[in-house]
Amino acid sequence: MPALLQFELVSPERLLRSGEVHMVVVPGTEGDFGVLAGHAPFMSTIREGELAIYATEGAAPERMRISGGFAEVNERGLTILAEHAEPVTAH
Amino acid sequence: MATLKELKLRIASVKSTQKITKAKQMVAAAKLRRAQQAAEAARPYAERLEAVVASLAARVGASASAPRLLAGTGRSDAHLLIVMAADRGLCGAFNANIVKAARQHADRLIAEGRSVKFLTVGRKARSGLLRTHADRLLDHHDTSAVRNIGFAEAEAVAARVLDLFERGAFDVATLFFSRFRSALVQQPTAVQLIPVALAPEAAGAAGGAVVDYEPDEEAILAELLPRNVKVQIFKGLLENVAGEQGASMTAMDNATRNAGDLITRLTIEFNRSRQAAITKELIEIISGAEAL
Repeated sequence: MPALLQFELVSPERLLRSGEVHMVVVPGTEGDFGVLAGHAPFMSTIREGELAIYATEGAAPERMRISGGFAEVNERGLTILAEHAEPVTAH
Repeated sequence: MATLKELKLRIASVKSTQKITKAKQMVAAAKLRRAQQAAEAARPYAERLEAVVASLAARVGASASAPRLLAGTGRSDAHLLIVMAADRGLCGAFNANIVKAARQHADRLIAEGRSVKFLTVGRKARSGLLRTHADRLLDHHDTSAVRNIGFAEAEAVAARVLDLFERGAFDVATLFFSRFRSALVQQPTAVQLIPVALAPEAAGAAGGAVVDYEPDEEAILAELLPRNVKVQIFKGLLENVAGEQGASMTAMDNATRNAGDLITRLTIEFNRSRQAAITKELIEIISGAEAL
């Protein structure tokens, strides 16, 4: 069992998600990128798009629409600060 | 001495005032809880953003290419004071304290020969400054129609501030609001918004690790700084809402208690004069009977 990624999604109004997940795919300004546990320190701005959160390997992703903000990966995990974030419902 | 009827009416009037202040106090207490939760929920975002901006700023440093929001315009001649207060009164000295702090700051700057402009948020901020600094009021953001202050309000205010900055209307922006300490204590606070004033300890915390940036540091910083302005304003708004409710609760509690004291005093006075009237009547009857 590989290590899990500590993931936090924060909007100005509240902390939306906090917990351990398998992988998160983030819509970066220069392209989507996936973050797994043990990712190198990294920082990127994000564009408006869909964030996919994979709770476990192979599981169906939970999608969130986010815009305006940035993602930071450090030794503690992934933190996404998004100005607007809401779950995608229509699928 | 007031007549019995007058006293009775006054007691009734104070009683109904007490009912109103009591109700306002309970409303404020309920709203305070919600406002406090909102202020607490907003904290993680602001803290993280501040840490990131600080570490980036430390990297980019004071190079010539640093964004103007960070480095400033190099002058400090024109000042913009953003004064945030509530829309309503009935909250003790809450609004007056904020306005007073802003006015003192402004007067000091004016005495130094710098130009000062105000941007007010909330009705009481405007009316408080209108008396002394009417000619310096640049703009007003009205929040009286908004029920729950959200991030959209902060975005609107920040957009105005950033627009003014880009047009070169000011060099330094300072934000005035009330920091929420507890329901009893609200502290008028001034925070320098532009150029960004950073806490030195925040910069050290994130340093060390080699971090990849995408796009480069400066591009990220240029995007984050306006965001930081928004978040600072948002934080100020939320603290203000919580502070207003706290102050309102305290003020209404005092008013309720004061009304209670007043009722006790008036009731004693009422009973005394009633007694005196009865005694007087008895004396009249007795002395009348004795005279026969």
